[in-house]
Amino acid sequence: MNRQGWGLQAYAIFYLLFLYAPIILLPLFAFNSGTIIAFPLQGITTDWFAQMWADATLRRALTNSLMIAVSASILSTCFGIFAARASTRFGFPGKGGIMAFIMLPMVLPEIIVAMSLLVVLLGMGVQLSLLTVIAGHTLICMPYAIAVLSTAFSSLDRSLEEAAYDLGETKWGAFRLVTLPLVMPGIISALLISFTISLDEFIIAFFLAGNEPTLPTYIFSQLRFPRAIPVIMALGTVLVVLSIVLLALGEYFRRRGNARIGGKPTGGLL
Amino acid sequence: MARPRLDSEARAGLSLIAPPFLYALVILAAPLMTILAYSFLTDGYLEVLPEGTLQNYGQVLTDPIVRAVMLRSLIVAAVVTFATVVTAFPIAYYVSFMVRPERKAMWLFLITIPFWTSYLIRVFLWKVILGYNGVVNSSLTGLGIIDEPLTFILYNVNAIVITLAHAYAPFAILPIFVALEKIDRSLLEAGRDLGESRLMTFWRVTLPLAMPGVIAATLIVFIPTIGDYVTPEVIGGGKIPMIANMIQVQMLALDNRPLGSALAVTAMVIVALVSALFLFLNRRFLKVRQ
Repeated sequence: MNRQGWGLQAYAIFYLLFLYAPIILLPLFAFNSGTIIAFPLQGITTDWFAQMWADATLRRALTNSLMIAVSASILSTCFGIFAARASTRFGFPGKGGIMAFIMLPMVLPEIIVAMSLLVVLLGMGVQLSLLTVIAGHTLICMPYAIAVLSTAFSSLDRSLEEAAYDLGETKWGAFRLVTLPLVMPGIISALLISFTISLDEFIIAFFLAGNEPTLPTYIFSQLRFPRAIPVIMALGTVLVVLSIVLLALGEYFRRRGNARIGGKPTGGLL
Repeated sequence: MARPRLDSEARAGLSLIAPPFLYALVILAAPLMTILAYSFLTDGYLEVLPEGTLQNYGQVLTDPIVRAVMLRSLIVAAVVTFATVVTAFPIAYYVSFMVRPERKAMWLFLITIPFWTSYLIRVFLWKVILGYNGVVNSSLTGLGIIDEPLTFILYNVNAIVITLAHAYAPFAILPIFVALEKIDRSLLEAGRDLGESRLMTFWRVTLPLAMPGVIAATLIVFIPTIGDYVTPEVIGGGKIPMIANMIQVQMLALDNRPLGSALAVTAMVIVALVSALFLFLNRRFLKVRQ
């Protein structure tokens, strides 16, 4: 490798350090016995994890977040399957406009989605609850699910479906027996991505959940109290490990799907 | 209804797209239309009076505080976007041109992992890193490089910029990487063979061809940063609000829905204008290419 290559490589490593700086600090403070989040570190302890485990509000927040994330990811993936199938397989009038509109939440500041929904819900006298958060999360997860699913659907070989029709399958039968198994890896990674987005989404949950805590809103409320920070660091460590596992799973399924339809194993989750 | 007859393909497509489209209409379009309507109404005590007015927009355009917050949001978003895209380009270039093909996926995976971890905790950790007794200051004083903690990175706009630049890094790297991957490598060889230096080849071949990716990255970073709520709240402690914080305060704390709506609509118009400008630039670049 020439000199320019070495310079770039050094820069790349430095840049990765910048990207990982907060995540490297997280476990350091989570296992640090000092109550203040600062250097130098004190001794090693697992107290913060024990405290985290015993926290009833946190448990409630976790249950709420899981319920929201599971519902929102299933709903947005179902809508995503409809949209991805429609956009990759059929031509119809107004397609560009309709698809652009459905993908809009990807580029719309979340505060605007949250505020406008909140104003309408309050105006209609709807009680804020986990359901209202699910409605909002489904909306913002849908574009990501569609993006992942469109890749899966567009690399499908149409002649496989036609072969199924020729062999006497109905439309639904061909979809269920041929198309669905082929796009299944795409569906799983859409589910995982929507789940991860919903689990970490703060703004919509903050404004639309009423009095119910979710993980991010719980974290936000605790950040104001210096005494609560070490527990939050422990929680953050657990979340990091969890999301890496989920992402690795998603990547695995995406590649397996790619390999099954004869694609090259390149590209990331986005 | 005088509607052109749809063939079976169009009917199938429309009936498939209907459920997600209707959902987006109810959950997104209807609320957006509502705040658009609110922004032209008058604020009463505890209610919105159905009297049409342009006063809200007058206030948005003339009030010095609103103007200062708008300007701050624009500047922060512009600086963050510039810093993020400029620092991301060499990484995208490195992964696309220097990394062996079979290891590219791993590099992209490494780059995207930090982005999937709790946004709130990441923002908070930057406060820890940059704070008065933070990681940067305590290690620099510990090493004897500085006597007093650095103050230019404390709980201010600079800290907001660093935090946001970190949060949106993968959003900038991926589109640039995709654009670089599409470049036909033989064009670069041709440039070299025709006697251009490495630098001139980069300047006259690689960079123009990567421009659509750079413009996509700019948009993808600019739009969410200008509407960011969490970072000014956590890093600035609510003392240096950006537009999202102001919308929230007007809508909820001050209960002035019409003014809050006018702010939200103005923010959307600004975002739309900037996006249109960049998409126009992108089209120009594409035209030059053809």
